[in-house]
Amino acid sequence: MEEKSLLEVKDLTVKFFTDDGVVTAVDRVSFDIKRGETLGMVGESGCGKSVTSLAIMRLLPSPPARITSGKILFEGEDLLQKSEAEMRRIRGNRISMIFQEPMTSLNPVFTVGRQISEAIMLHQKLSGKEAVERAVEMLRLVGIPNPEKRYHEYPHQMSGGMRQRVMIAMALSCNPKLLIADEPTTALDVTIQAQILDLMNRLKDRVGMSVLLITHDLGVVAETARRVVVMYAGQVVEEASCEDLFENPLHPYTAGLLKSIPRLEGEKGRLNVIEGSVPNPLNLPPGCRFNPRCPEAADICRKKSPALLEMGNGRRVRCFSRGSPPEEV
Amino acid sequence: MNQQKNIIEVQGLVKWYPVKAGVFQKVAGYIKAVDGVSFSIKRGETLGLVGESGCGKTTSARCMLRLIEPTKGRIIFNGRDIMRLNREQLRKIRPRMQVIFQDPYSSLNPRLTVKEIIGEVLAFHGIARGKELEKRVKHLLEMVGLAPHHMRRFPHEFSGGQRQRIGIARALATNPDLVVCDEPVSALDVSIQSQILNLLEDLQARLGVSYLFIAHGLNVVKHISHRVGVMYLGKIIEVTESDEIYRNPLHPYTQALISAIPIPEPKVRRRKILLEEDVPSPLNPPEGCRFWTRCRHAVNICRREEPELVECAPGHKVACHLYGR
Repeated sequence: MEEKSLLEVKDLTVKFFTDDGVVTAVDRVSFDIKRGETLGMVGESGCGKSVTSLAIMRLLPSPPARITSGKILFEGEDLLQKSEAEMRRIRGNRISMIFQEPMTSLNPVFTVGRQISEAIMLHQKLSGKEAVERAVEMLRLVGIPNPEKRYHEYPHQMSGGMRQRVMIAMALSCNPKLLIADEPTTALDVTIQAQILDLMNRLKDRVGMSVLLITHDLGVVAETARRVVVMYAGQVVEEASCEDLFENPLHPYTAGLLKSIPRLEGEKGRLNVIEGSVPNPLNLPPGCRFNPRCPEAADICRKKSPALLEMGNGRRVRCFSRGSPPEEV
Repeated sequence: MNQQKNIIEVQGLVKWYPVKAGVFQKVAGYIKAVDGVSFSIKRGETLGLVGESGCGKTTSARCMLRLIEPTKGRIIFNGRDIMRLNREQLRKIRPRMQVIFQDPYSSLNPRLTVKEIIGEVLAFHGIARGKELEKRVKHLLEMVGLAPHHMRRFPHEFSGGQRQRIGIARALATNPDLVVCDEPVSALDVSIQSQILNLLEDLQARLGVSYLFIAHGLNVVKHISHRVGVMYLGKIIEVTESDEIYRNPLHPYTQALISAIPIPEPKVRRRKILLEEDVPSPLNPPEGCRFWTRCRHAVNICRREEPELVECAPGHKVACHLYGR
């Protein structure tokens, strides 16, 4: 039986109208997230992963950003058709988000407890006292020792790991259906990262939410996600289940990325390298966007852009040498 | 290996920062950023230093170069104790030891061209000027994989990876014996990281330079280093060959650190050792072994006595009571 999707992003295009020209940051991106599933989204800086997440939350600054096409269906309703007031009731309530920087995403002049209970009062229609109780309970849930005391502390009194726990407590306080985690552990040390990922996994199962995990760290994806979407220069270039992607990457970009990570096991050899760097979004190469860096690039790759090919089993790839047809313009 | 081959030897390095409090700014305590660190690096060798933020790896490196004045310790560079040198003597020795910084965006002056950035070093140390300087800059740019015409450009015209190459060219301009690489790839994308790591390895093979390589990513450090030292709260708690540290980590903290690294293989499910809580404050580190508050194996002696860094197998030193004399 086909699982029901919680979120479906269809043909999403986001353009930035800047002084230097129009940048297509996200180019006809489609993907979906099933209920209770963790979807990993990977790619390097500037590939459009964060812009996609901000588009879902309708948090893109406009101008310069504009969503020029597409639909974002959340529980069957198109978020792009919602009014600002309707969005405010969804954000932080049914969809919440945690960011990379736990230092800058908390308000420094309010205690952490007050910041959590504010969200609860706003969305859950609880009284002040009930909201405080719920906030303390959330702090306990995310493993903060001494939550009654910590409730009254300010963000600067906490370590980076503790602050990220507070962010998670705040994000989960209204039982969201979808949690968007944008590089949630990038700023943290490895042992703290392990704690936070473990916490996110346990809480996800407990409250039954879906997670969109955005990261550049393939190791983090391998350990937490069930399916993975790989982005490059604003496009989805590959999608697969986690096992398939790491075992048998189809797109040369994915394969190159996997080979360029220094491994802990095995003998040291020279690292594989993807030559060159990500193209300037104002000046994308003709044809396939990866062709200047691709070891397998053929003539057609320089002339035409490949379309995203559905290969069955939820697997998609955008590459001529894997059988993608050229994209219709 | 005999002693002569060491390019640098650091013995008992200590850096305490006074913490002042009250109206009269009396010294209320010390932050023990580095508290008795000893290591040596051989010619052409890479020593990696890993540890979490605040463990003292950057402070150790900067003290070693006397960019920060150490509180105590001996630093023998090329056979000379550089703790005894005055400013003038120190300036003469500086070209032999250089640094590559983490952030390629803030470590290059935005108002200077690449030629000026690299040429400044050559001119300051009296290595070259005029036509000769230009030739040297071109040569250095080629060595790090950039083109000679890049010389006239400004830092903002380059990508992060290219900027890091400029930083490397600047560090190598004086033909140093030792380069401190302080998180040189942490700010870069994965595909660019491997380019820079390969470049650093090639340059070492060609020039015979030694690296002190600092990073928090153990996989990166293991890849590039010959030996790895693990730091925790201002101390080196384990040091050995880089393969050995992964295959046979002895200190409970090293074991936890290695198990915490996410590996890109979804089929392999490793048992993670999750450490409880955070690193204690360096203002008031625990008595005895500094790790005992988070250690699964802590026993009574750990709370009382600080373990010393002792060799428990050839070339493998560890500071832990589990491997006591």
